Amino acid sequence: MIARNTCIALLLLAGAGQVLAETPAALTSGYAAEAAKSTPGFAPSAQRGQGFVSKDWGVSGKMASCTTCHGANLKADGKHVITGKSIAPLSPAVNPERFTSLAKAEKWFKRNCTEVVGRECTAAEKADFIQFVTRGG
Amino acid sequence: MKLKSLAVLALVFGSAMAHADKLSAPDHPKWKAECGSCHIAFPPQLLTKSDWQQVMGGLDKHFGTNAALDAKDAQEILDYLQRYAGTGSKYSAPSLKISDTPWFTREHREVSARAWSDPAVKSRSNCTACHVNAERGDWSERGIRMPAGLSGERDDD
Ligand code: HEC
Ligand code: HEC
Ligand code: HEC
Repeated sequence: MIARNTCIALLLLAGAGQVLAETPAALTSGYAAEAAKSTPGFAPSAQRGQGFVSKDWGVSGKMASCTTCHGANLKADGKHVITGKSIAPLSPAVNPERFTSLAKAEKWFKRNCTEVVGRECTAAEKADFIQFVTRGG
Repeated sequence: MKLKSLAVLALVFGSAMAHADKLSAPDHPKWKAECGSCHIAFPPQLLTKSDWQQVMGGLDKHFGTNAALDAKDAQEILDYLQRYAGTGSKYSAPSLKISDTPWFTREHREVSARAWSDPAVKSRSNCTACHVNAERGDWSERGIRMPAGLSGERDDD
Protein backbone atom coordinates (compact mmCIF):
# COMPACT_ATOMS: atom_id res chain seq x y z
CA MET A 1 0.00 0.00 0.00
CA ILE A 2 2.71 2.43 1.00
CA ALA A 3 4.69 1.38 -2.06
CA ARG A 4 1.67 1.97 -4.26
CA ASN A 5 1.10 5.48 -2.90
CA THR A 6 4.75 6.34 -3.36
CA CYS A 7 4.52 5.06 -6.88
CA ILE A 8 1.53 7.30 -7.63
CA ALA A 9 3.25 10.26 -6.01
CA LEU A 10 6.31 9.67 -8.19
CA LEU A 11 4.13 9.45 -11.29
CA LEU A 12 2.45 12.72 -10.35
CA LEU A 13 5.82 14.37 -9.79
CA ALA A 14 7.00 13.10 -13.15
CA GLY A 15 3.80 14.40 -14.70
CA ALA A 16 4.25 17.80 -13.10
CA GLY A 17 7.86 17.92 -14.24
CA GLN A 18 6.83 17.27 -17.81
CA VAL A 19 4.14 19.91 -17.65
CA LEU A 20 6.77 22.41 -16.57
CA ALA A 21 8.61 21.83 -19.86
CA GLU A 22 5.51 23.25 -21.61
CA THR A 23 5.58 21.68 -25.03
CA PRO A 24 2.46 20.23 -26.72
CA ALA A 25 3.67 16.70 -25.90
CA ALA A 26 4.35 17.61 -22.28
CA LEU A 27 0.95 19.25 -21.87
CA THR A 28 -0.70 16.15 -23.35
CA SER A 29 1.10 13.74 -21.03
CA GLY A 30 0.43 15.99 -18.04
CA TYR A 31 -3.30 15.90 -18.76
CA ALA A 32 -3.11 12.17 -19.56
CA ALA A 33 -1.45 11.47 -16.20
CA GLU A 34 -4.22 13.36 -14.45
CA ALA A 35 -6.89 11.49 -16.43
CA ALA A 36 -5.28 8.18 -15.54
CA LYS A 37 -6.02 8.89 -11.88
CA SER A 38 -9.73 8.28 -12.45
CA THR A 39 -9.40 6.12 -15.58
CA PRO A 40 -6.49 3.71 -15.01
CA GLY A 41 -4.62 3.03 -18.23
CA PHE A 42 -5.92 6.17 -19.94
CA ALA A 43 -4.09 6.95 -23.19
CA PRO A 44 -4.78 10.08 -25.26
CA SER A 45 -6.62 9.45 -28.53
CA ALA A 46 -6.50 11.71 -31.59
CA GLN A 47 -9.65 10.00 -32.85
CA ARG A 48 -11.64 10.87 -29.71
CA GLY A 49 -10.14 14.36 -29.94
CA GLN A 50 -11.45 14.76 -33.45
CA GLY A 51 -14.95 13.82 -32.34
CA PHE A 52 -14.72 16.27 -29.46
CA VAL A 53 -13.53 19.18 -31.62
CA SER A 54 -16.29 18.89 -34.21
CA LYS A 55 -19.14 17.88 -31.89
CA ASP A 56 -22.14 20.18 -31.83
CA TRP A 57 -22.80 20.41 -28.10
CA GLY A 58 -26.13 22.16 -28.44
CA VAL A 59 -25.38 24.32 -25.40
CA SER A 60 -24.69 27.74 -26.88
CA GLY A 61 -26.73 29.00 -29.81
CA LYS A 62 -23.87 30.96 -31.33
CA MET A 63 -20.94 28.82 -30.26
CA ALA A 64 -22.06 25.30 -31.08
CA SER A 65 -18.63 23.67 -31.34
CA CYS A 66 -14.91 24.32 -31.12
CA THR A 67 -14.81 24.61 -34.92
CA THR A 68 -17.30 27.50 -34.80
CA CYS A 69 -14.35 29.81 -34.12
CA HIS A 70 -11.29 27.68 -34.81
CA GLY A 71 -12.57 26.38 -38.17
CA ALA A 72 -12.72 22.83 -39.48
CA ASN A 73 -9.11 23.02 -40.70
CA LEU A 74 -6.96 23.57 -37.63
CA LYS A 75 -3.94 24.41 -39.78
CA ALA A 76 -5.76 27.47 -41.15
CA ASP A 77 -6.86 30.71 -39.50
CA GLY A 78 -10.13 30.66 -37.60
CA LYS A 79 -12.56 33.53 -37.13
CA HIS A 80 -14.23 34.65 -33.90
CA VAL A 81 -17.92 34.05 -34.50
CA ILE A 82 -19.07 37.21 -32.69
CA THR A 83 -16.36 39.78 -33.28
CA GLY A 84 -15.14 38.54 -36.68
CA LYS A 85 -11.49 38.73 -35.55
CA SER A 86 -9.12 36.31 -37.19
CA ILE A 87 -7.68 33.62 -34.88
CA ALA A 88 -4.24 32.13 -35.61
CA PRO A 89 -4.23 28.36 -36.40
CA LEU A 90 -4.38 25.95 -33.44
CA SER A 91 -2.06 23.41 -35.03
CA PRO A 92 1.49 23.59 -33.59
CA ALA A 93 2.73 22.32 -36.97
CA VAL A 94 1.99 25.71 -38.51
CA ASN A 95 1.84 27.82 -35.33
CA PRO A 96 4.75 26.87 -33.04
CA GLU A 97 3.46 29.11 -30.24
CA ARG A 98 0.53 26.78 -29.58
CA PHE A 99 0.46 24.72 -26.38
CA THR A 100 3.74 26.13 -25.09
CA SER A 101 2.18 27.62 -21.97
CA LEU A 102 0.11 25.57 -19.57
CA ALA A 103 -1.35 28.75 -18.06
CA LYS A 104 -2.52 29.97 -21.46
CA ALA A 105 -3.98 26.59 -22.43
CA GLU A 106 -5.77 26.34 -19.07
CA LYS A 107 -7.21 29.84 -19.37
CA TRP A 108 -8.67 29.17 -22.82
CA PHE A 109 -9.89 25.65 -22.02
CA LYS A 110 -11.75 27.14 -19.10
CA ARG A 111 -13.35 29.95 -21.11
CA ASN A 112 -14.11 28.02 -24.29
CA CYS A 113 -15.27 24.79 -22.66
CA THR A 114 -17.63 26.66 -20.33
CA GLU A 115 -19.04 28.50 -23.33
CA VAL A 116 -19.30 25.60 -25.79
CA VAL A 117 -19.61 22.46 -23.65
CA GLY A 118 -21.41 24.15 -20.76
CA ARG A 119 -18.88 22.96 -18.17
CA GLU A 120 -15.12 22.78 -17.75
CA CYS A 121 -13.41 20.12 -19.86
CA THR A 122 -11.98 17.05 -18.16
CA ALA A 123 -8.27 16.26 -18.21
CA ALA A 124 -9.06 13.37 -20.58
CA GLU A 125 -10.81 15.68 -23.04
CA LYS A 126 -7.92 18.13 -22.92
CA ALA A 127 -5.37 15.35 -23.55
CA ASP A 128 -7.40 14.02 -26.50
CA PHE A 129 -7.88 17.54 -27.86
CA ILE A 130 -4.18 18.41 -27.90
CA GLN A 131 -3.32 14.95 -29.23
CA PHE A 132 -5.68 15.48 -32.17
CA VAL A 133 -4.62 19.06 -32.83
CA THR A 134 -0.95 18.04 -32.76
CA ARG A 135 -1.14 14.73 -34.62
CA GLY A 136 -4.25 14.84 -36.70
CA GLY A 137 -5.31 18.48 -37.00
CA MET B 1 -22.05 60.15 -48.97
CA LYS B 2 -18.71 59.30 -50.52
CA LEU B 3 -15.55 59.11 -48.50
CA LYS B 4 -14.11 61.83 -50.73
CA SER B 5 -16.58 64.30 -49.32
CA LEU B 6 -15.91 62.87 -45.87
CA ALA B 7 -12.26 63.59 -46.46
CA VAL B 8 -13.13 67.20 -47.26
CA LEU B 9 -15.12 67.37 -44.03
CA ALA B 10 -12.18 65.92 -42.15
CA LEU B 11 -9.92 68.58 -43.63
CA VAL B 12 -12.36 71.34 -42.80
CA PHE B 13 -12.72 70.25 -39.22
CA GLY B 14 -9.13 69.05 -38.97
CA SER B 15 -9.82 67.68 -35.50
CA ALA B 16 -10.54 64.14 -36.64
CA MET B 17 -6.99 63.64 -37.87
CA ALA B 18 -5.55 65.19 -34.76
CA HIS B 19 -7.67 62.80 -32.76
CA ALA B 20 -6.32 59.72 -34.49
CA ASP B 21 -2.82 60.65 -33.31
CA LYS B 22 -4.00 60.79 -29.74
CA LEU B 23 -5.08 57.15 -29.88
CA SER B 24 -1.53 55.92 -29.44
CA ALA B 25 -0.31 54.95 -25.98
CA PRO B 26 2.90 53.19 -24.94
CA ASP B 27 2.71 49.48 -25.64
CA HIS B 28 1.57 47.21 -22.84
CA PRO B 29 2.15 43.54 -23.79
CA LYS B 30 -0.21 42.09 -21.19
CA TRP B 31 -3.06 44.38 -22.22
CA LYS B 32 -2.43 43.59 -25.87
CA ALA B 33 -2.37 39.83 -25.28
CA GLU B 34 -5.34 39.65 -22.91
CA CYS B 35 -7.60 42.27 -24.48
CA GLY B 36 -6.50 41.71 -28.07
CA SER B 37 -7.32 38.02 -28.52
CA CYS B 38 -11.07 38.02 -29.22
CA HIS B 39 -11.11 41.48 -30.81
CA ILE B 40 -8.47 44.16 -31.32
CA ALA B 41 -7.24 45.76 -28.12
CA PHE B 42 -9.46 48.86 -28.10
CA PRO B 43 -7.58 52.12 -27.43
CA PRO B 44 -7.77 53.19 -23.74
CA GLN B 45 -8.65 56.77 -24.80
CA LEU B 46 -12.08 55.72 -26.07
CA LEU B 47 -13.74 55.11 -22.69
CA THR B 48 -13.65 56.99 -19.40
CA LYS B 49 -11.90 55.78 -16.24
CA SER B 50 -15.16 54.81 -14.63
CA ASP B 51 -16.35 52.89 -17.72
CA TRP B 52 -13.06 50.94 -17.82
CA GLN B 53 -13.46 50.15 -14.15
CA GLN B 54 -16.88 48.66 -14.85
CA VAL B 55 -15.64 46.74 -17.89
CA MET B 56 -12.77 45.26 -15.88
CA GLY B 57 -15.04 44.52 -12.93
CA GLY B 58 -17.37 42.36 -15.02
CA LEU B 59 -15.04 40.28 -17.18
CA ASP B 60 -16.76 37.02 -16.21
CA LYS B 61 -19.87 38.32 -17.99
CA HIS B 62 -18.23 40.32 -20.76
CA PHE B 63 -20.70 41.21 -23.52
CA GLY B 64 -22.13 37.72 -23.51
CA THR B 65 -18.84 35.89 -23.09
CA ASN B 66 -16.40 34.92 -20.36
CA ALA B 67 -13.17 36.93 -20.42
CA ALA B 68 -12.21 36.47 -16.77
CA LEU B 69 -8.61 37.17 -15.71
CA ASP B 70 -6.79 36.61 -12.46
CA ALA B 71 -7.01 39.58 -10.10
CA LYS B 72 -3.38 40.65 -10.48
CA ASP B 73 -3.48 40.84 -14.29
CA ALA B 74 -6.87 42.54 -14.21
CA GLN B 75 -5.57 45.24 -11.85
CA GLU B 76 -2.44 45.82 -13.93
CA ILE B 77 -4.53 46.23 -17.09
CA LEU B 78 -7.07 48.48 -15.37
CA ASP B 79 -4.23 50.75 -14.20
CA TYR B 80 -2.98 51.02 -17.77
CA LEU B 81 -6.43 51.68 -19.24
CA GLN B 82 -7.19 54.34 -16.63
CA ARG B 83 -3.85 56.09 -17.10
CA TYR B 84 -4.75 56.84 -20.74
CA ALA B 85 -8.55 56.92 -20.42
CA GLY B 86 -10.68 59.55 -22.14
CA THR B 87 -12.45 62.29 -20.18
CA GLY B 88 -15.97 63.59 -20.53
CA SER B 89 -19.36 62.09 -21.24
CA LYS B 90 -18.70 61.77 -24.96
CA TYR B 91 -16.41 58.85 -24.14
CA SER B 92 -18.95 57.10 -21.98
CA ALA B 93 -21.95 54.86 -22.62
CA PRO B 94 -24.28 53.00 -20.24
CA SER B 95 -23.70 49.83 -22.31
CA LEU B 96 -19.91 50.26 -21.74
CA LYS B 97 -19.46 49.94 -25.49
CA ILE B 98 -17.13 52.33 -27.27
CA SER B 99 -19.40 51.91 -30.28
CA ASP B 100 -22.33 53.38 -28.28
CA THR B 101 -20.53 56.50 -27.05
CA PRO B 102 -21.49 59.94 -28.39
CA TRP B 103 -17.93 60.28 -29.69
CA PHE B 104 -18.27 57.12 -31.79
CA THR B 105 -21.71 58.01 -33.10
CA ARG B 106 -20.53 61.42 -34.19
CA GLU B 107 -17.31 60.16 -35.77
CA HIS B 108 -19.26 57.54 -37.72
CA ARG B 109 -22.38 59.54 -38.60
CA GLU B 110 -21.71 59.11 -42.33
CA VAL B 111 -21.49 55.32 -42.15
CA SER B 112 -24.67 53.80 -43.59
CA ALA B 113 -26.87 51.21 -41.89
CA ARG B 114 -26.02 48.89 -44.77
CA ALA B 115 -22.33 49.17 -44.01
CA TRP B 116 -22.87 48.25 -40.35
CA SER B 117 -24.90 45.18 -41.22
CA ASP B 118 -22.60 44.00 -44.02
CA PRO B 119 -21.48 40.39 -43.41
CA ALA B 120 -17.84 41.48 -43.67
CA VAL B 121 -18.41 43.93 -40.81
CA LYS B 122 -20.85 41.90 -38.67
CA SER B 123 -20.42 44.10 -35.62
CA ARG B 124 -19.60 47.74 -34.89
CA SER B 125 -16.95 46.40 -32.56
CA ASN B 126 -15.15 44.91 -35.57
CA CYS B 127 -13.11 48.08 -36.10
CA THR B 128 -10.55 46.37 -38.36
CA ALA B 129 -13.23 45.52 -40.95
CA CYS B 130 -12.83 49.16 -42.06
CA HIS B 131 -9.78 50.48 -40.17
CA VAL B 132 -7.47 47.96 -41.77
CA ASN B 133 -4.29 49.15 -40.00
CA ALA B 134 -5.83 49.66 -36.57
CA GLU B 135 -4.03 46.70 -35.06
CA ARG B 136 -0.81 48.61 -35.70
CA GLY B 137 -2.29 51.67 -34.02
CA ASP B 138 -3.09 53.45 -37.29
CA TRP B 139 -6.64 54.87 -37.12
CA SER B 140 -6.04 57.57 -39.70
CA GLU B 141 -8.60 58.28 -42.38
CA ARG B 142 -6.14 57.04 -45.01
CA GLY B 143 -6.24 53.61 -43.42
CA ILE B 144 -10.00 53.19 -43.89
CA ARG B 145 -11.23 50.71 -46.50
CA MET B 146 -14.96 50.12 -46.64
CA PRO B 147 -15.98 46.51 -47.41
CA ALA B 148 -16.44 45.95 -51.15
CA GLY B 149 -19.58 47.28 -52.77
CA LEU B 150 -20.57 49.70 -50.01
CA SER B 151 -21.26 53.36 -50.30
CA GLY B 152 -18.38 55.21 -48.77
CA GLU B 153 -16.01 52.95 -50.60
CA ARG B 154 -12.87 54.76 -51.33
CA ASP B 155 -11.25 55.11 -54.75
CA ASP B 156 -7.62 54.09 -54.69
CA ASP B 157 -5.54 57.18 -54.72
C1 HEC C 1 -16.13 32.02 -29.48
C2 HEC C 1 -14.96 31.61 -30.23
C3 HEC C 1 -14.23 30.34 -29.77
C4 HEC C 1 -14.75 29.07 -29.61
C5 HEC C 1 -16.17 28.60 -29.90
C6 HEC C 1 -13.65 28.23 -29.17
N1 HEC C 1 -12.51 28.99 -29.05
FE1 HEC C 1 -10.68 28.31 -28.42
N2 HEC C 1 -9.92 30.19 -28.64
C7 HEC C 1 -10.61 31.30 -29.05
C8 HEC C 1 -9.75 32.47 -29.00
C9 HEC C 1 -10.14 33.90 -29.36
C10 HEC C 1 -8.50 32.01 -28.52
C11 HEC C 1 -7.25 32.84 -28.22
C12 HEC C 1 -6.67 33.49 -29.41
C13 HEC C 1 -5.35 32.93 -29.79
O1 HEC C 1 -4.64 32.38 -28.94
O2 HEC C 1 -5.04 33.06 -30.98
C14 HEC C 1 -8.63 30.57 -28.32
C15 HEC C 1 -7.60 29.75 -27.86
C16 HEC C 1 -7.75 28.44 -27.50
C17 HEC C 1 -6.73 27.63 -26.87
C18 HEC C 1 -5.32 28.09 -26.49
C19 HEC C 1 -4.28 27.37 -27.34
C20 HEC C 1 -2.86 27.78 -27.00
O3 HEC C 1 -2.25 27.16 -26.15
O4 HEC C 1 -2.38 28.75 -27.61
C21 HEC C 1 -7.28 26.39 -26.62
C22 HEC C 1 -6.63 25.23 -25.93
C23 HEC C 1 -8.64 26.44 -27.13
N3 HEC C 1 -8.90 27.68 -27.67
C24 HEC C 1 -9.51 25.37 -27.08
C25 HEC C 1 -10.84 25.41 -27.50
C26 HEC C 1 -11.76 24.30 -27.36
C27 HEC C 1 -11.43 22.95 -26.74
C28 HEC C 1 -12.95 24.71 -27.88
C29 HEC C 1 -14.27 23.94 -27.94
C30 HEC C 1 -14.72 23.33 -26.69
C31 HEC C 1 -12.77 26.09 -28.32
N4 HEC C 1 -11.48 26.48 -28.07
C32 HEC C 1 -13.77 26.88 -28.88
C33 HEC C 1 -11.92 31.34 -29.46
C34 HEC C 1 -12.81 30.27 -29.43
C1 HEC D 1 -13.01 35.72 -24.58
C2 HEC D 1 -13.10 36.76 -25.57
C3 HEC D 1 -12.83 38.20 -25.11
C4 HEC D 1 -11.76 38.69 -24.40
C5 HEC D 1 -10.57 37.91 -23.86
C6 HEC D 1 -11.98 40.13 -24.25
N1 HEC D 1 -13.13 40.48 -24.88
FE1 HEC D 1 -13.90 42.37 -25.03
N2 HEC D 1 -15.47 41.64 -26.11
C7 HEC D 1 -15.69 40.32 -26.44
C8 HEC D 1 -16.94 40.21 -27.18
C9 HEC D 1 -17.53 38.89 -27.71
C10 HEC D 1 -17.45 41.51 -27.30
C11 HEC D 1 -18.75 41.93 -27.97
C12 HEC D 1 -18.45 42.26 -29.39
C13 HEC D 1 -19.70 42.55 -30.20
O1 HEC D 1 -20.76 42.79 -29.62
O2 HEC D 1 -19.58 42.50 -31.42
C14 HEC D 1 -16.49 42.40 -26.62
C15 HEC D 1 -16.63 43.77 -26.54
C16 HEC D 1 -15.77 44.63 -25.87
C17 HEC D 1 -15.95 46.06 -25.76
C18 HEC D 1 -17.05 46.88 -26.41
C19 HEC D 1 -16.75 47.03 -27.89
C20 HEC D 1 -17.58 48.08 -28.57
O3 HEC D 1 -18.38 47.76 -29.43
O4 HEC D 1 -17.41 49.25 -28.25
C21 HEC D 1 -14.93 46.55 -24.98
C22 HEC D 1 -14.70 47.99 -24.59
C23 HEC D 1 -14.11 45.41 -24.61
N3 HEC D 1 -14.63 44.26 -25.17
C24 HEC D 1 -12.98 45.49 -23.82
C25 HEC D 1 -12.18 44.39 -23.48
C26 HEC D 1 -11.03 44.48 -22.60
C27 HEC D 1 -10.53 45.74 -21.92
C28 HEC D 1 -10.49 43.21 -22.54
C29 HEC D 1 -9.28 42.75 -21.74
C30 HEC D 1 -9.40 42.80 -20.31
C31 HEC D 1 -11.34 42.34 -23.35
N4 HEC D 1 -12.35 43.10 -23.90
C32 HEC D 1 -11.13 40.96 -23.54
C33 HEC D 1 -14.88 39.26 -26.14
C34 HEC D 1 -13.69 39.34 -25.41
C1 HEC E 1 -18.15 50.02 -41.27
C2 HEC E 1 -16.81 50.55 -41.22
C3 HEC E 1 -16.26 51.05 -39.89
C4 HEC E 1 -16.19 50.35 -38.68
C5 HEC E 1 -16.63 48.93 -38.40
C6 HEC E 1 -15.57 51.25 -37.73
N1 HEC E 1 -15.28 52.44 -38.34
FE1 HEC E 1 -14.31 54.01 -37.49
N2 HEC E 1 -14.59 55.10 -39.18
C7 HEC E 1 -15.20 54.66 -40.35
C8 HEC E 1 -15.39 55.78 -41.25
C9 HEC E 1 -16.00 55.71 -42.65
C10 HEC E 1 -14.87 56.92 -40.57
C11 HEC E 1 -14.92 58.36 -41.04
C12 HEC E 1 -13.63 58.82 -41.59
C13 HEC E 1 -13.58 60.33 -41.62
O1 HEC E 1 -14.60 60.99 -41.49
O2 HEC E 1 -12.47 60.84 -41.72
C14 HEC E 1 -14.36 56.45 -39.29
C15 HEC E 1 -13.71 57.25 -38.36
C16 HEC E 1 -13.08 56.79 -37.22
C17 HEC E 1 -12.11 57.53 -36.44
C18 HEC E 1 -11.55 58.90 -36.78
C19 HEC E 1 -10.41 58.70 -37.75
C20 HEC E 1 -9.92 59.97 -38.39
O3 HEC E 1 -8.74 60.19 -38.36
O4 HEC E 1 -10.74 60.67 -38.92
C21 HEC E 1 -11.74 56.74 -35.41
C22 HEC E 1 -10.69 57.03 -34.33
C23 HEC E 1 -12.50 55.50 -35.51
N3 HEC E 1 -13.28 55.57 -36.65
C24 HEC E 1 -12.45 54.46 -34.61
C25 HEC E 1 -13.21 53.30 -34.72
C26 HEC E 1 -13.28 52.27 -33.71
C27 HEC E 1 -12.56 52.32 -32.35
C28 HEC E 1 -14.07 51.27 -34.21
C29 HEC E 1 -14.48 49.97 -33.53
C30 HEC E 1 -14.99 50.06 -32.15
C31 HEC E 1 -14.51 51.69 -35.55
N4 HEC E 1 -13.97 52.92 -35.81
C32 HEC E 1 -15.31 50.93 -36.40
C33 HEC E 1 -15.59 53.37 -40.60
C34 HEC E 1 -15.70 52.36 -39.65
